[in-house]
Amino acid sequence: MGQTISEKIISNHVGHPVSPGDLVITHVDGVMATDTTGPLALKAFEEMGGTKVFDPTKCALILDHAVPPPNERIANLHKMMRVFAKEQNMKLFEIGEGICHQVMVEHQYVKPGDIFIGADSHTPTYGALNAFACGVGSTDLAATMMTGKIWLKVPESIKIVCSGKLQDGVSAKDLILFIVGQITISGATYQAIEFEGEAFEDMTLASRMTIANMVAEMGGKTGIVNPKGLKLDYDFEAIYPDENAVYTRTFTFDVSTLEPQISVPESPDNVENISSVEGTSIDYAFIGTCCNGRLEDLRSAADILKGKRIKEGVRFLIAPASKSVLLDAMSDGTMQILIEAGASIITPGCGPCVGTHQGVPGNDEVVISAANRNFKGRMGNPNSNIYLAAPATVAASALEGKITNPKNISHEV
Amino acid sequence: MKFSGAAHVYGDNIDTDRIIPGKYTKTLDLSTLADHVLEDLDPEFRHKVKEGDILVAGKNFGCGSSREQAPLAIKKAGIAVVIAEDFARIFYRNAINIGLPIVEIGSHTIQASNQIEVDVLGGKVTDNTADTSYKSIPLPSVMVDILKHGGLIEYLKTNKDYKL
Repeated sequence: MGQTISEKIISNHVGHPVSPGDLVITHVDGVMATDTTGPLALKAFEEMGGTKVFDPTKCALILDHAVPPPNERIANLHKMMRVFAKEQNMKLFEIGEGICHQVMVEHQYVKPGDIFIGADSHTPTYGALNAFACGVGSTDLAATMMTGKIWLKVPESIKIVCSGKLQDGVSAKDLILFIVGQITISGATYQAIEFEGEAFEDMTLASRMTIANMVAEMGGKTGIVNPKGLKLDYDFEAIYPDENAVYTRTFTFDVSTLEPQISVPESPDNVENISSVEGTSIDYAFIGTCCNGRLEDLRSAADILKGKRIKEGVRFLIAPASKSVLLDAMSDGTMQILIEAGASIITPGCGPCVGTHQGVPGNDEVVISAANRNFKGRMGNPNSNIYLAAPATVAASALEGKITNPKNISHEV
Repeated sequence: MKFSGAAHVYGDNIDTDRIIPGKYTKTLDLSTLADHVLEDLDPEFRHKVKEGDILVAGKNFGCGSSREQAPLAIKKAGIAVVIAEDFARIFYRNAINIGLPIVEIGSHTIQASNQIEVDVLGGKVTDNTADTSYKSIPLPSVMVDILKHGGLIEYLKTNKDYKL
């Protein structure tokens, strides 16, 4: 029987062909935890009898969710993680290095064909790289750090085919918001999603990461973008599905006429064409996160904002996805444009997306964000409203002080 | 592994931000999690929940973040077992891993305050108030084993490795 990409990767790891529903124990190629999930994982690691991590070169800790620490409690959790990393001789990515997923990809902790386990729900982001990557909680992560293994039920796969090229000004974020709206928040529960078709083929790695990132918002176990057209800085052997691979369901969308999309409060799958909410006043615009904090995202905002000022009364925060992204955006002038337009830059990391600090909205305020979640209370205040959109839409909306289709802003490209 | 208690009933797609907001997750003092459990969904829940009560939800309970603090907050609040139509998968693993029993029963009509009996390993949920019962979807064998040990920590302490 033919195999999907996920089935091939798992089969390669366990040494025999697997089918959906099989329970397997597999070795993993990398693990990581953050300052939200890490402290509990380290405690569990000790409690389950762990003394040494299975391979210090394959384990990483990252300080990204609450950086710099807003209080002594979190400062001490960071300290605990530093002490552990030093004892284990493993890598800890310090405050400001960036968001776990961006850092794992930049530093090549994850590569095509790998099985990667991350203690963060957006770990499927590495499906952009043709890897099988799953999010877990702290205790699973501890067990994987100790044993180098994880048990899995081989997921069924579903296929999402997008034909046609996206229009100018319509980005990977618009496409994945559209897909999330169609599949719904539970539509891919414990399934592996494969994305294929013309719309994905000329996407950059960054755009593919945006696509795979929001697999989490459909309940997927993992999500892999077909590697056709994938370009990386190093040579790799791409894993394609067999022609006769079996998918539980296949969805086909012609996306050549797709308009900018927006997710309205309070669930990521509440997706509409931007026209239905254009004109809604906003108080706060945010660009960043593992979904949309990369250089191409900042550039698309800078294209809209070059030589302009955001609306009086609106605040605009940017958290670059990594230090490397920040440096690149400084050297090519993107940051200059954004700051001159009125943006405040915060430490590379998760920023206000996780509602811990660095930009909690006030009561009844409206946020337009390039993040991936808008659940009630997500940004730290249950009495605010969060709209999710592409970076260009966030920038256009900051400029006008209301939700605005970026196509309606004249700008140089 | 049998429980009986009063039901607290909520709807579909209860995400982990609603179970425990991100701002409270960064702690190792797990008792503080219970102080904020379901805070943005039902601020009264934490005042009315009693030790041994049963949490009942609709579809896709626990979607969103991978934070294990979500099942921990529910467990620390005194909930004995969570029943749902189905669960988001990271939550599902996390709950079993920390020894919080969960039961998937598909669509149901359980009402708030009904008296519920749950036989987790026997696969049966009985609504004594409504005089109806439901069959639960069996857990994979490895999860039954983890749950019998009280969670993944004890399981690995005993077994040193996974066993299928």
